[in-house]
Amino acid sequence: MERKFSKFLIYLVLILGAIIMLLPFFWMFTSAFKTTQEINRFPPDMFPSHISLNNFQRAFAMAPFAKYFVNSVIVMVCSVGLTTFTSILAAFAFSRLRFPGRNAIFSSLVALMMIPFEMLIITNYTTIVDLGLWDTLPALILPFTSSIFYTYILRNFFDSVSDSLYWSARIDGSSNWRYLWKVMVPMARPSLTTIILLNALASWNSFMWPMYVISSDANRTLPWGLQVFTTEAGSYPELLMAASTVVVVPVIILFLFARKYIVRGVARGGLKG
Amino acid sequence: MRVVLDHITKRFADVTAVSDFSATLNDGELVCLLGPSGCGKSTLLNMLSGILPVSDGKIFFDDEDVTMLPPEQRGIGLVFQNYALYPHMTVLGNICFPLETQHVPKEERLARANEIAKLVHVDMLMNRRPAELSGGQQQRVAIARALVKNPRLLLLDEPLSNLDARLRLEMREEIRRIQQRTGVTTIFVTHDQEEAMSISDHIVLMKLGVLQQNDLPQNLYNEPANQFVADFLGNPPINNLPGTVSGGAFITEEGDGVVKMPLFEGIADGRKVNLSVRSESFVLDPDGPLACEVTRVYQMGKEEMAYFKLGECDFRAYIDADEGLKVGNRVRLNLKKRGVFVFDRETGERIK
Repeated sequence: MERKFSKFLIYLVLILGAIIMLLPFFWMFTSAFKTTQEINRFPPDMFPSHISLNNFQRAFAMAPFAKYFVNSVIVMVCSVGLTTFTSILAAFAFSRLRFPGRNAIFSSLVALMMIPFEMLIITNYTTIVDLGLWDTLPALILPFTSSIFYTYILRNFFDSVSDSLYWSARIDGSSNWRYLWKVMVPMARPSLTTIILLNALASWNSFMWPMYVISSDANRTLPWGLQVFTTEAGSYPELLMAASTVVVVPVIILFLFARKYIVRGVARGGLKG
Repeated sequence: MRVVLDHITKRFADVTAVSDFSATLNDGELVCLLGPSGCGKSTLLNMLSGILPVSDGKIFFDDEDVTMLPPEQRGIGLVFQNYALYPHMTVLGNICFPLETQHVPKEERLARANEIAKLVHVDMLMNRRPAELSGGQQQRVAIARALVKNPRLLLLDEPLSNLDARLRLEMREEIRRIQQRTGVTTIFVTHDQEEAMSISDHIVLMKLGVLQQNDLPQNLYNEPANQFVADFLGNPPINNLPGTVSGGAFITEEGDGVVKMPLFEGIADGRKVNLSVRSESFVLDPDGPLACEVTRVYQMGKEEMAYFKLGECDFRAYIDADEGLKVGNRVRLNLKKRGVFVFDRETGERIK
């Protein structure tokens, strides 16, 4: 009896949590179909009176979403590719190579993870301006070409691989470089999948940084592009919701498919193999 | 290829794992590095492969000084205890891997891989992955991978210890067969004396990083250099009777047992020694110098394993079952020529 009750409580809390998490999505989705009058009505309606794609058509006519989409993809591919590459190299160095101060350097890097990105915005901003990259796509890529967190996850995986594999490969004539790409990276595929997915999601959703360093319409990414509905052309919440739906749906689908890799990879990286 | 270890020493931060080790291993032989865990045999193997640098001394392959050569330039094949197969590659991929790094053309690679796979009997498993193989099969693949590049020297680090007892017997004969077919000089690390005795041409026995004896297997057993060698080899273990020499006779510690034999002549009075006798080196002899009492008898078919008491010392011996020994019998035993040694009890040094 007591057991059933505690189970009931647990599910109650979980269901409440799920509702709180899902409500904004629900609201976005239904609002995307509402008319201007419906969305401004108080108290608000739960559902639109009739389904029409009108908002979507208007939203796409108002801003170059295709361009934003291309920009988002370019930034995501470049930054995910570069971050993955540098993380693999750094993780290998910290896991396998012996050099003075190795552990001290790694510890200080891990300590740096505690500094939130927002703290670095001003210095990063001046750096980008000094480099003459303000309002260009590289400004969105350059600060995101390495990651301590992903390096950490990968290093934990590399550490869990037996030394004998490394020495076997060395004796078989492999250089460190060849061993890394031929043996370690294929073996690390689950961890790599995780960091690539996490990184892609973060890049796709990035909003604050693009807002600071991008001004021209042609260089905006999708999340920053959505701002068009509140700033430059007045406020059109129903159009914003329609466009947001289009931006978010691919990410949600990706997340649903890749969910188990993300959770497994993070747990695995943390647990040392 | 002849391998020469010239005064090799390996020091770690606070321990000396191998100290002043010198030995010559002959071309084409299978040599066992034998010793209890922690005796430095794996450290020695790792220095031969180049994984560990030596602290002192030199290693020669034939006349070439390889002491400073990195592992990939030494021309060796190495099989680890855990086989270290690449889990994401097939058997064929694993065997071909060393040839790929040497940029051997693809056709030749496949031909050599197939040839070596036939030799070690894994040619029907070429497309499997290591996880789909049994322990013995993984072992064979690891040997194939080590041999495919025609190494000058094959190193095996406790290759059988992860296998179950039956497979271990089978694989050790396999290793012997493969070694003899290829004629590659092979060094095999093990802590199992029986394994070492059964397959090697020479055994190098180590204790705490120090060479004890480098000899033919039967010589290690029949002519041990010191107490440690005598104790390490043989099953059941050798009988050690502690005592003192006095007037050409051996007297047990408490003085209850006295053995007068020519064996003890010429040993200084008062020297503390062990009389060490293999279990098969006792014979019943009414005029023998050992007056003993039978304390236990185990039937073992043709022979019996009998436990005796000489003074306060216990020992065991194989006795012909026809003798019909009974517990409590008082008998006299004599010693054979073979398998009887006298060691200094303090230094372990062999006296006779």
